[in-house]
Amino acid sequence: MSAKSRSYWHDNLRLVGVCLAIWFTVSFGFGILLVDQLNRIQIGGFQLGFWFAQQGSIYAFVALIFFYAWRANRLDREHGVDED
Amino acid sequence: MELQTLTYLVVGATFALYIGIALVSKAKSTGEFYVAGKHVHPVANGMATAADWMSAASFSGMAGLIAFLGYDGSVFLMGWTGGFVLLALLLAPYLRKYGKFTVPEFIGDRYVSQTARVVAVVCLIVISFTYIAGQMRGVGIVFSRFLNVDIATGLGIGMTLVFFYAVVGGMKGITYTQVAQYCVLIFGYTVPAVFIALQVTGNPIPQLAFGGNLIEGGGHLLASLDGVVTDLGFAAYTAGTKSRIDVFFITLALMAGTAGLPHVIVRFFTVPRVRDARISAGWALLFIALLYTVAPAVAALARWNLTETIQVGPVGAADGNLAYADRPDWFDRWERTGLLGFDDKNGDGRIQYYNDANPEFAARAEEFGWQGNELRVDPDIIVLANPEIAGLPNWVIALVAAGAIAAALSTAAGLLLVISAAVSHDLLKGVLARQISDKHELMAGRISAAVAVLLAGYLGYNPPGFVTEVVALAFGLAASSLFPAIFLGIFTFRVNKYGAIAGMLTGLTFTVGYMIYFKGVFIAPMAENIPANWLFGISPEGIGAFAAMLNFAVALGVSSMTRPPPAEARALVERIRIPAG
Repeated sequence: MSAKSRSYWHDNLRLVGVCLAIWFTVSFGFGILLVDQLNRIQIGGFQLGFWFAQQGSIYAFVALIFFYAWRANRLDREHGVDED
Repeated sequence: MELQTLTYLVVGATFALYIGIALVSKAKSTGEFYVAGKHVHPVANGMATAADWMSAASFSGMAGLIAFLGYDGSVFLMGWTGGFVLLALLLAPYLRKYGKFTVPEFIGDRYVSQTARVVAVVCLIVISFTYIAGQMRGVGIVFSRFLNVDIATGLGIGMTLVFFYAVVGGMKGITYTQVAQYCVLIFGYTVPAVFIALQVTGNPIPQLAFGGNLIEGGGHLLASLDGVVTDLGFAAYTAGTKSRIDVFFITLALMAGTAGLPHVIVRFFTVPRVRDARISAGWALLFIALLYTVAPAVAALARWNLTETIQVGPVGAADGNLAYADRPDWFDRWERTGLLGFDDKNGDGRIQYYNDANPEFAARAEEFGWQGNELRVDPDIIVLANPEIAGLPNWVIALVAAGAIAAALSTAAGLLLVISAAVSHDLLKGVLARQISDKHELMAGRISAAVAVLLAGYLGYNPPGFVTEVVALAFGLAASSLFPAIFLGIFTFRVNKYGAIAGMLTGLTFTVGYMIYFKGVFIAPMAENIPANWLFGISPEGIGAFAAMLNFAVALGVSSMTRPPPAEARALVERIRIPAG
């Protein structure tokens, strides 16, 4: 593997790692493991933990994929490995 | 206009649309048949993926399940959407760069092994057929209730349609019919949801009505719902009853399973570039989220409506329960399908709906003169009966019917296509008859799609008694067999064919074994399916996540003890990791 590819792959893994940490936090963290603690916080008609489990995690997932796509495309260009 | 005529018109119009699209987008080569010539725009692919992914289970089943599970139903919401994050970040861009046609083909090339490819084909066929049986059952229910034909005729119509556009159009044909089907199904899902949200809370946006106030009484919907269901002995809606570890593992199994489902993965082979695969996953999840954020709102609203319909007065009062003689029309119509049932156990002519499995409440209920829960509701009817329960106009009911059929047909077509590709491309062209011409391979693809349609129709007509169990198994299987093999194939150099094959077989047999042990597929269960008996408290629905971890451990362990994969495997991994070239 060339040095260029190695540094690209390293940065890519870091991006994926950060995104997966967010993915884990909003669903398994807020929606499951911390649900009882967060349910003590009431926002409108929702208990916060329940909201994350049935609404918030899904919004976060959508935003996360678009963010990843944007950053990954930029990473390709920065490392000169994009498709055009 | 009468409901029957209206439903025929709406459903008929959507069918004409699907056939029209299939005729203009006929597949002419194997490339078009398997991956739509890789010309699909990322937004169109996102929409097609959403329809491909959202099946009868998402459309008609999920909100109903959540309505009765409450918080525990979150596993489906997080699991079936969070899987797309894994797909977008870990698999889709690299598999698109790989650039061939099927999932088993990738596994065969990466691990330089025909055996690995055949094992992947077996996993794929088991997963896809269990899925398709569920779709065909969904089509059968909708046809028998809304179109008043018997299930066999309904299935016949459904199969003919799928046959037509999957076999003739191939991937190219189903892509554009799926786009149309997405529009039909999302419309059919959200329109009644908006009406019901408006009726109950005065807010037309279901996601907000979910956290809004009731028009009658003024309290928060969720808090009031918690109140009325606990008054009847059920667990609080926002709390649920499953253990934390089980919720965790089921969610993880559904996520990894979603990412490992071949008919979803293959949709990302159809876009022109790597960066289209990335953004396309975002579009797919956005389109899916439109339904998945509405579903829990529909669930809570439906549970509220149902409880209020039956429990008309205070719990325990002599006239607190709906008299059977006063039952609404929809009650009769669904009772005829057998999906709703009333059994007047205490002979008072009124319907008691409560949790008789809760000993404390059952004792109180006995004081009221109740002798057990008298109402049986199949979760499958919640979404389908919702517009009738809310008294919505007939055209809304017709739309729901068209939407449910679209959801089932789009998924069935996607599944049929990966099955036919696995047979004609992986088994025939890849292993048995490598000299076969493109033209003959295309013919073989069409023939295997046709055979698969017939088999699926048979499964839909004679659904094995364990369909629901097996659909859950399909996710566990995908999570524990294909997902780790693909992931390790991209993110490690070191995992070789021995590791991959041993890992896939371990994941597969462990999941199947655990399932049979507790659920008794084909044989009698060997242990009672209760939390006390489960391994670490993980239910059969969640065991796929544990088996996936076993797969990872076995694949890495076996690979480290055997010789490294050949140079061509290393070259393949290096190539797919870099978008350029």
